Amino acid sequence: MELSHQQLADLYYRLWLIRLFDAAARRLFMENKLRGTTHTYTGQEAVAVGACSVLRPDDYITSTHRGHGHVLAKGGDPRRMMAELLGKATGYCKGKGGSMHIADLDIGVLGANGIVGGGIGIATGAAYSATVRGTDQVAICFFGDGASNQGILMEAGNMAALWRLPIIYLCEENQYAEFSPSRPFMAVEKLEQKAAAFGMPGVTVDGNDLLAVRRVVGEAVARARAGDGPTFVVAQTYRVEGHTVGDPLTYRPPEEAEQWRSPERDPIQRFGRKLVDDFGFTSAELKGLHEQAQQTIDEAIRFAEESPEPEPADLWEDVLA
Amino acid sequence: MRELSYRDALNEALHEEMARDPCVCILGEDVGRYGGVLQITRGLYEKYGEKRVRDTPISEAGFVGIAVGAAMTGLRPVAEIMYIDFSTLAMDQIVNQAAKARYMFGGKARVPLVIRTQGGGGRGNAAQHSQSLEMWYVHTPGLIVIQPSTPYDAKGLLKSAIRNDNPVIFIEHKLLYNTTGPVPEEPYLIPIGVADVKREGSDVTIVATSRMALLALEAAEQLAAKGIQAEVIDPRTLKPLDLSCIIQSVQKTGRLVVVNEAPLTGGFTAEVTARVQRQAFDWLDAPIMQVAGADVPLPYNGRLEMAAIPQVRDIVDAALSVCYREA
Repeated sequence: MELSHQQLADLYYRLWLIRLFDAAARRLFMENKLRGTTHTYTGQEAVAVGACSVLRPDDYITSTHRGHGHVLAKGGDPRRMMAELLGKATGYCKGKGGSMHIADLDIGVLGANGIVGGGIGIATGAAYSATVRGTDQVAICFFGDGASNQGILMEAGNMAALWRLPIIYLCEENQYAEFSPSRPFMAVEKLEQKAAAFGMPGVTVDGNDLLAVRRVVGEAVARARAGDGPTFVVAQTYRVEGHTVGDPLTYRPPEEAEQWRSPERDPIQRFGRKLVDDFGFTSAELKGLHEQAQQTIDEAIRFAEESPEPEPADLWEDVLA
Repeated sequence: MRELSYRDALNEALHEEMARDPCVCILGEDVGRYGGVLQITRGLYEKYGEKRVRDTPISEAGFVGIAVGAAMTGLRPVAEIMYIDFSTLAMDQIVNQAAKARYMFGGKARVPLVIRTQGGGGRGNAAQHSQSLEMWYVHTPGLIVIQPSTPYDAKGLLKSAIRNDNPVIFIEHKLLYNTTGPVPEEPYLIPIGVADVKREGSDVTIVATSRMALLALEAAEQLAAKGIQAEVIDPRTLKPLDLSCIIQSVQKTGRLVVVNEAPLTGGFTAEVTARVQRQAFDWLDAPIMQVAGADVPLPYNGRLEMAAIPQVRDIVDAALSVCYREA
């Protein structure tokens, strides 16, 4: 599918939106304005933006504890997200969910998830639901290489393949599983080999190449929509920051992340160069989109900080429908 | 009125709700072609086909997770977990996902999910097929927990559970499927969260859940022969609990026995006891008695198993004791 200049600009803008949202989340956390914990998506932005660029607003995604990027890529409102991070009543979850539980059911975001692999069953259920209701909606289930070792993937993947459900299991191989490298915990040589056990095609893509992600996921989505069943996509990328903000990163050499921050590997800079080299963008245009994203984030922070806290009586709201 | 078995009453509820609402679907092991290990889903696959009546692999976490996602996206799934003991395999899906989604997402999510399962012991199924785990779910905010004791309650409550917009843990009892009772031909619903006075009496209140309600009624017969009129209350819904029905009865009788099949420690009887003493302390004429299961895994041997599960005699003895009468 050909992308217009405006669509390409929007993808670039979204990459920055995610990068800057998480930079802000990190800063706010260090300033003690966030409670609990938060996880940044830095370095993986092209996966979410590339994958969600082929979805319709009524398609579904499930996200992870490292979920800000997926929600923004699907069209989430940065103001309500930031308000949620600050625990405000105007946040997506009225301040009850926080960083790990942002959901926007109106745009098919069935929730970030605090349980590693927690979205796998839900996404598969959304895909099943689409088949029962007779729609052609599809679901993308985002999870990491760490989550690929959770048992529910085996169970849900088997059912998705058996029932030819319209779902893409999108494994982001960011090379780390919580506070350990993921490689020593995988018996298979390549993650896509797991797809064979589920009885579905497995494809590996360079997750830091936005257009490559878009192409591979686009093919998988087309297959799913046509009723041809699920695909297991492995997007190879790198978790540039720690598991959580504040992670001392004692388990990896510091120069490793520096390599992935370099212009050669960084997904935003790679896409920016592509836009200039192949699509006629100017560097001034790119700078403008970057600044626009920064303004959106600044405005989101302002909105969040000015928003009210929930009232004590809200404690009892929404336990049951 | 016609008589139906507990099994047939449940089956009829599913037939009626699937006919009424195309969003109702069934998932579970052997629920389709075979009709369910307990035949509760028989006839549904033939009528509604495999999309709405899904035979799943033996994958409790997987199919319950799928049911949660389906519920969040417009369906009303009824998932059957063959034994409540197997619900442990789906704990993340039930406790972390289904129960939390609404609150955690700020009230936007709706999870109209029913998990049907069988609990309880007494049939020699031993430690991993006999448990009474209802309180695990009662302890989880965001879930509704129902345990019907009669065919009439089973049908009316299952229909209400399917129409409810929250995740419901619907626990049947393995020794009740062949019991029979009156069930009207015309459709009816029983509201969730409303207890039922199964027998009126003035001397002692016996609150008993699931199969224990039937044992309490037997106990009440024996007590009547001794001149004690017991009032038997079946909460039917453990959460939300109809405490006011229990309090009203205690205000009349001044004495309370609470019966639950699950192990005593941290259980239902302790919860009811604590709440009643707080709200009706001035009306109590005797300490509240708890009759509950032994704090042991359920043993296989029949003699041992009966010793681990409350019996009619235990309820009679407890009632006599709160009435300060000799056994």
